[in-house]
Amino acid sequence: MTRLRSDLVWIPTFAILVAFAVPWPLWGVDRVAAGLPVWIWWHVAWLGLCAGLFALFVRSGAWERGMGRRAGTDAVAADSAAADTVATDSAAVDGATSRDPSEPTGGDRR
Amino acid sequence: MTLGLSLGVVVGYLVVALALGLVAYRVSETTAEDYYLANRSIGTLVLLFTTFATLLSAFTFFGGPNLAYRAGPEWLIVMGTLDGVLFAVLWYVIGYKQWLIGARNGYVTLGEMLGDRFGSTGLRALIAGVSLLWLFPYVMLQQMGAGEALVGLTDGVVPYWGGAALITGFMILYVAVAGLRGVAWTDTLQGLFMLSVVWVAAAWVVSALGGVGAATEGMLAARPEFGGFGGGAYTPEFIVSTAITIAFGVTMFPQINQRFFVAKSAATLKRSFALWPVLVLLLFLPAFMLGAWAAGTPVEVPTDANVLPVVLGEYTPAWFAALVVAGAMAAMMSSSDSMLLSGSSYFTRDLYRPLVDADASERREAWIARIGVAAFATLAFAASLFRPGTLIEVGDTAFSGFALLALPVICALYWPRTTRTGMIAGVAVPQAAYLLVVLSAVVGAVPTLPKTVLGGWDVALGLMALSGALTVGVSLLTAPTEEGDASRFAVAGD
Repeated sequence: MTRLRSDLVWIPTFAILVAFAVPWPLWGVDRVAAGLPVWIWWHVAWLGLCAGLFALFVRSGAWERGMGRRAGTDAVAADSAAADTVATDSAAVDGATSRDPSEPTGGDRR
Repeated sequence: MTLGLSLGVVVGYLVVALALGLVAYRVSETTAEDYYLANRSIGTLVLLFTTFATLLSAFTFFGGPNLAYRAGPEWLIVMGTLDGVLFAVLWYVIGYKQWLIGARNGYVTLGEMLGDRFGSTGLRALIAGVSLLWLFPYVMLQQMGAGEALVGLTDGVVPYWGGAALITGFMILYVAVAGLRGVAWTDTLQGLFMLSVVWVAAAWVVSALGGVGAATEGMLAARPEFGGFGGGAYTPEFIVSTAITIAFGVTMFPQINQRFFVAKSAATLKRSFALWPVLVLLLFLPAFMLGAWAAGTPVEVPTDANVLPVVLGEYTPAWFAALVVAGAMAAMMSSSDSMLLSGSSYFTRDLYRPLVDADASERREAWIARIGVAAFATLAFAASLFRPGTLIEVGDTAFSGFALLALPVICALYWPRTTRTGMIAGVAVPQAAYLLVVLSAVVGAVPTLPKTVLGGWDVALGLMALSGALTVGVSLLTAPTEEGDASRFAVAGD
């Protein structure tokens, strides 16, 4: 297993991100700022925060570790034509080659 | 003259989308994997937009602004939360896991994946049957949206049934000739197009109203309650119920769920995941605010028309209003295409082949799929003529029906102890109960069952909890069958 204990912090983080995408603390507040109700600005800022944290989740490798996989591997090496990282992940290579041996090198980028 | 222009723009746009599909068809291979999954070769931009465009439906373009117009801009919060955040998290929890499993075992449909894991053709057929059942109202929703859009654009010269028939015809034609590669291409085109055009539309209307501040002031003068968050139709129970049922429902939609199998690599899924909240916001903010701002304008919206085309017709030139409606209709068409296409793969792979004719040739299967699509779309068209509810109501029914599948599926994905009996109980019982609630509202002979439970919570949310409890409870009480194989879902690579 390659999960890290520190990755567990992502579970409450996601819960908070989902829960407060709705501006509950501003319930009933009717102030307008810069042309829009303030609670709409809360939502806009919050979704920006989500995008940032989601990117961090992916970049930190927690995305892979969360599924019990080694960070930095990619089950099908299509995005980087070089298959170097994937060679360490034997199961993933099996998965890829059993389908279509030509695919990992194929440049079919539609 | 402007009527001819409007219709010309709408039909012209639909024809261009169709032509693009034909080009895609010419470069595609004829295998089932290519037809349904574009050979699992979909890259980030296309995956993102093809998923995005699938959400771009009449529900978003017409239903959303209609609701914002009538009940207030809180709809932006509901949709933003469910699509931008909750769906993104589920994209990882369900989507990535399914991608890993699918890439390993070559699955094309959800039913196939679960049927194989639990060694049960019955479960496979059940999942496919349930999915097709709820697909029906959602396809119908697109036809209703198109019908209403053309009524609004042409001031009723094109009747409601005419618009619905037009989109039905294009839908069938398109799916029959293009396959997923074609759908994915046009989805990208339409996603980008609609994203830009909605902003141009918002800018146009806002400048006519004297700026964002003036538009909001006008809205608040006409409807002071729109300024405060919550209230009216937007109770906390409504917001939470709607966000949860729709977000979970979306992941189980055949066309969305099948997208989880098509990504070319994990990197594609990761990038799409991080970009998702921003993309969702970029679309919803102008679309729904236009609906809310319209409440402050003197524009009269006829009862059976949509707000967006009417407002655009008032504040922008005819050709532009027509272009937006055309774009929205094309987006709805591509939503429907994706749905019908995925639906047809559920039908042929999970119902027809396992239950009727296991040895059908590829050619025969392809024909069965196309005939199935045509029949399905035609029936949905017929049902759409009765207009059994508002766009939001019909859409929400479909989302909720799919949402009831989500918890059993998550159980199966993450809990090796899940048994076949647990899955069947967890899927079949809540589905039967929900179907009863929905039918009781439509069929006059049956007394209408309550749509909310425990003081304002959507009945679908209660049934979701039941589906989870049944799956876990029955699994604990029953032993795994011999045909089941939990290792099919193991993905830990090393």
